[in-house]
Amino acid sequence: MTATPNLPTPLQPVRSSRAKFNWKALQPYLLVSPQTIVLLLFLVLPIAAIITVSFWNFNGYSMIPGFTLVNYITVFTSKVTVATYLNTFKFTIVVWLICLLISYPVAYFLSFHVKTSKWQTILFLICTVPFLTSNIIRMISWIPFLGREGLLNQALMGLNLTDKPIEMFLFSDFSVILAMVHLYALFMVAPIFNSMMRIDRALVSAAEDAGASPFQIQKEVILPLSASGIAIGTIFIITLVMGEFATVRLMGGGQVASVGNLIKNQIGSLQYPLAAANAVILLIITLILVSAILRVVDIRKEL
Amino acid sequence: MEQKKRPLSYYLLAGFFGLFILFLYGPMSAVFILSLQGPEGNLTFPMKGFGFTWMQSVFEEQRVGNFVDSFWRSLALGLIVMVLTVVFSIMSGMAFRSRFKGSNLIFYLTISSLIVPSILISLGIAVVFNLLGLQNAWYTSALGAHLTWTIPFAFLIMLGIFGRFNPAYEEASRDLGASDTTTFWQIVFPLIASSVIGVALLSFTLSYDEFTRTSLASGDTNTLPLEIFGMTTNVTSPALYALGTLTTIFSFALIGLTLLILSYLANHQKKPSRG
Repeated sequence: MTATPNLPTPLQPVRSSRAKFNWKALQPYLLVSPQTIVLLLFLVLPIAAIITVSFWNFNGYSMIPGFTLVNYITVFTSKVTVATYLNTFKFTIVVWLICLLISYPVAYFLSFHVKTSKWQTILFLICTVPFLTSNIIRMISWIPFLGREGLLNQALMGLNLTDKPIEMFLFSDFSVILAMVHLYALFMVAPIFNSMMRIDRALVSAAEDAGASPFQIQKEVILPLSASGIAIGTIFIITLVMGEFATVRLMGGGQVASVGNLIKNQIGSLQYPLAAANAVILLIITLILVSAILRVVDIRKEL
Repeated sequence: MEQKKRPLSYYLLAGFFGLFILFLYGPMSAVFILSLQGPEGNLTFPMKGFGFTWMQSVFEEQRVGNFVDSFWRSLALGLIVMVLTVVFSIMSGMAFRSRFKGSNLIFYLTISSLIVPSILISLGIAVVFNLLGLQNAWYTSALGAHLTWTIPFAFLIMLGIFGRFNPAYEEASRDLGASDTTTFWQIVFPLIASSVIGVALLSFTLSYDEFTRTSLASGDTNTLPLEIFGMTTNVTSPALYALGTLTTIFSFALIGLTLLILSYLANHQKKPSRG
């Protein structure tokens, strides 16, 4: 990533005296130091530790410093583990696609059909409020709908579409995907809404005047101009879903596998080096996906 | 804008938007309703009786966990995270108004904290504490984990705020002989105050509801989300819903309070016109 972000325009330093100039030069570094120290201690150091430990040995109850590739070999040679990775990709792609299909029309409605900015703010806030409440509670809230005796089964049985309750609504891929879309859709809606709000309305009018059909306006004007928002939303969904384990554990009821869940289970049995190797692979995959997106779409103008 | 007849697409999209809102709020409202059942209620409809039995049970000693303690823990942690995040991000926001050597590096370091999957942060902090022989605790390891999640959001918002900020007011203040400290508290802070309150609410709720980054780094005592998660595996009574309802009401109350403060500020602080 060699691109420079659009940062606020620099203020000219005042060179009134040498002492003052030194202080002015030092000031930004003092100001960013707390944030930088926190990130070094709790982001950089932990990731360095994970990478180191992923090459260590494990003797059944503790980790032994050393250099071995056995953890990585275990990951790649285990059919179950590889299947778990594929399953995680499947979740990521499906959740991403559904979130996109929901978020694009929602953001379009908010930014182009709602005319006053007061109502845009109110409706956007209504979308945002659930995302400020507990994720765990929002997962639990599907139980009355999807459970064995949930509303969905009651309705199906009431309509005589099935004579015994369908178990697969809860504790299946279906319920995991549904809950993830429910949890993360806003991470797609917000950036798309943000970039659609910046589209110059005159462009749409010009396209209309030039005789473009509504579909052509979407395809030629609005979609390309909201691509950066879609990209940011995509990055969010990928990073959120790839490392996910709470939803998988709770909504999958032990029937559904994901890499996050795998790591969590390995920690549970104190297999730190193996968990670390999985975490490193997960990080590399995520970074590859994110940098691929950054190559295709220029998101700098959103920052 | 001329008044046009609303096209069909307006009604279709409005309907879709309505369904989306229903999708967001429907399940939650079912939980609210079911938490108000009588003593023989269970996890699904139809509702059995009506009462506050399950609400009360949340405050009683539970076999499966102690929610009152974990609530206070999450509240304290959320407040600490909020204060640190607000202070640190204002400082960084001020620093990023001038371009300094290494600013790009720090920018990407901060953004990468959002991009790294949460489970890595949690695992990494657990490994570091393990290697150093330190005990995980909510006020050390979990605090650090939360800051890696709240700081990037706050930082990005602050960049936006200061990007739109007119330096003329500060220059005027300095020309009149005010010190940097005076200028900050008298001029800059009042102008960014309402955004700072928004950042504070966001940091608090992100911390209060955080799960994955805390999951491996909380030590012996649980934060509220971890306690609720543990409860889901062994509680099959509407007490689960009652707890969910209460924490959601708490979140709603916070959002409401913030909106009230913001509208109060908007009314009582006539914004000077931007020059």
